Amino acid sequence: MTNDPQWGRKKNGSGPPDLDEILRNVNKKLNDLFGGSRKRTSSNNSGDGSNSGGGDNFKRLGGGLSVGVLLVILLMLWMASGFYIVNEGQRGVVLRFGQYSETTPAGLSWHLPYPAETVELVNVSQVRTIEIGYRKNVSSKVLKESLMLTDDENIIDIQFAVQYILKSPQEYLFNNRDPDEAVLQAAESSIREVIGKSTMDYVLYEGREDVAAKATVLMQSLLDRYKIGIAISKVTMQNAQPPEQVQAAFDDAVKAGQDKERQKNEGEAYANDVIPKAKGNAARLMEESEGYKQRVIENSAGDANRFKQILVEYDKAPDVTRDRLYLDMMQEVLMKTNKILVDSKSSNNLLYLPLDKMIEKRSTTTATPTVVAPAAPPQAVSPDPINNAARTQRSREAFRVRDRESR
Amino acid sequence: MKSQTLLAVLVVLFLLVSSSLYIVDQRQRAIVFQLGEVVSVKTSPGLYFKIPMVQNVRFFDSRILTMDAEEPERFITSEKKNVLVDLFVKWRIVDVKQYYISVQGDEALARVRLAQTVNSSLRDEFGNRTVHEVISGERDKIMEIMRQKADADARNIGVEVVDVRLKRVDLPSEVSESVYRRMEAERKRVANELRSTGFADSEKIRSNADRQREVIMAKAYRDAQKNKGEGDAKATKIYAEAFSKNPEFYSFYRSLEAYKQSFQNKSDMMVLEPNSEFFKYLKNSKAK
Repeated sequence: MTNDPQWGRKKNGSGPPDLDEILRNVNKKLNDLFGGSRKRTSSNNSGDGSNSGGGDNFKRLGGGLSVGVLLVILLMLWMASGFYIVNEGQRGVVLRFGQYSETTPAGLSWHLPYPAETVELVNVSQVRTIEIGYRKNVSSKVLKESLMLTDDENIIDIQFAVQYILKSPQEYLFNNRDPDEAVLQAAESSIREVIGKSTMDYVLYEGREDVAAKATVLMQSLLDRYKIGIAISKVTMQNAQPPEQVQAAFDDAVKAGQDKERQKNEGEAYANDVIPKAKGNAARLMEESEGYKQRVIENSAGDANRFKQILVEYDKAPDVTRDRLYLDMMQEVLMKTNKILVDSKSSNNLLYLPLDKMIEKRSTTTATPTVVAPAAPPQAVSPDPINNAARTQRSREAFRVRDRESR
Repeated sequence: MKSQTLLAVLVVLFLLVSSSLYIVDQRQRAIVFQLGEVVSVKTSPGLYFKIPMVQNVRFFDSRILTMDAEEPERFITSEKKNVLVDLFVKWRIVDVKQYYISVQGDEALARVRLAQTVNSSLRDEFGNRTVHEVISGERDKIMEIMRQKADADARNIGVEVVDVRLKRVDLPSEVSESVYRRMEAERKRVANELRSTGFADSEKIRSNADRQREVIMAKAYRDAQKNKGEGDAKATKIYAEAFSKNPEFYSFYRSLEAYKQSFQNKSDMMVLEPNSEFFKYLKNSKAK
């Protein structure tokens, strides 16, 4: 069997290692037997150092027992080599002369010893993951994988992970040369197809879940076409963002969205400030008008009442009352105001009254000058108020006193 | 010694049997050569017999294999734009004999052959389509056409093309730069639009508030004036009622009031003539 190179390759490539070992052991034992018989006289422990305890046994047995027994033992060992253990979560796929015969669950099982049957162990319950666009960590990007063109010919940067499980161990083993690699290829191809049919905004914002779902379906259909025995359990978008070169512009656009909201809110804040205030002012106006109304009415009532009462008395003695009221009024008025008495008939038209200056002086001096212009020559009427301020002051006071006395 | 010869015979027998039996695996196809000539093809797995020394067997993988281009190829679309395309082909040896004859069972050679076929038909397909069609619109159509074409061609070398899939369809890096610039400009447009609509919204709200304020105030003014008018009317009525009892006296009385009110300020200045009614006694005590 060693003269066929294919055999050798096959054995090394897919045969479980324990079988190889057993074979090697058997070969060695056979050699040992022959060697032992040829050089029995030589030392007993030749080549034993590397041999197992079984070899020692054989040697001793070979010496004493018949070949038949030896063969039986060999046969038993050979048969025993068919035992194998399938770990939890694994399945054993048994091939009889290269053809699939059965799938065995976890536990101890036995198959016909090599070369009649071989077993291959496949891990089925383990969730496998492949990462596209990054390795191990989202920050360690693989730009070649992560940059994609969208429908609107924009470029986006996507990282995603695909989780999958085996649904059929024998399909997984027999139909594709490198099934895990095939998942990667299918994943990359389908996500790019989906992204290529979506617009950038859709992928970046509202459509992330949808993109992942579509990619899952597409991926599964591809894998089913290859009969690969794999079920995609989940496609997770780790990251979908614009490429770094345009990140700033995108951030600014997002900021602009915030600005818009902010401005709106500010406007509303203004409205919320202005309108209630206006309502308050309106209420104030109303109250004031109400107050005015009441005031006017009450005032009129008061005035009317007062007038009515006076009228009653006036009707009793109209002339006297009239005079009295007139004089009262005149007195009150003249007491409160400055007065200048001018005899216009006897005076000529050149009478000069520096009214403005008098008023000005009134405001500077607290005194209340009363200028009485007697029916005298006009030149004596008004002395210069600025130059002779003190004198006029005095004379005015004198006048006033006299005025009062005369009253 | 007898047992030893028995053993030797057994061993020789074992070697003979093991070199004349061979197993075709589930994943393999085999060709049996007899002195270089193909005598049979084993397409199903199992244990087979051959004549030792005279016949030898070659095994071929019957699983789906992958041809994955290492470097993306450059293609030109109908609008003379360059695109970089990366693809993979899933293929399987179906006719082992044909496969052996065509490519001497050399997988690398088969891959080269497939790549040539696929690339040339891809060039045709891309040449008839725009970038947009290639990327999104007709992507699956292209892939299907490619699969059919490649499959038809690959049959000549005993290969079935299961699938042709485009992986990356990208723009060359120098074009990417301009795409980035465009994307940036686009975002800027969006940002500006957002900001100005934000401003517009804000102004709308503010001016609406201002309008409401004006309306509220005007209405309030209207009502207030109405109220005041009512008050004035009522007052006027009361006055009229009272004063119409003696209009002449009212006029006198009210005038006196008005005089008093008018001359209250110290700065008022009265220029009087001594011959007025008021001063009649000032001149003459007997005045009449």
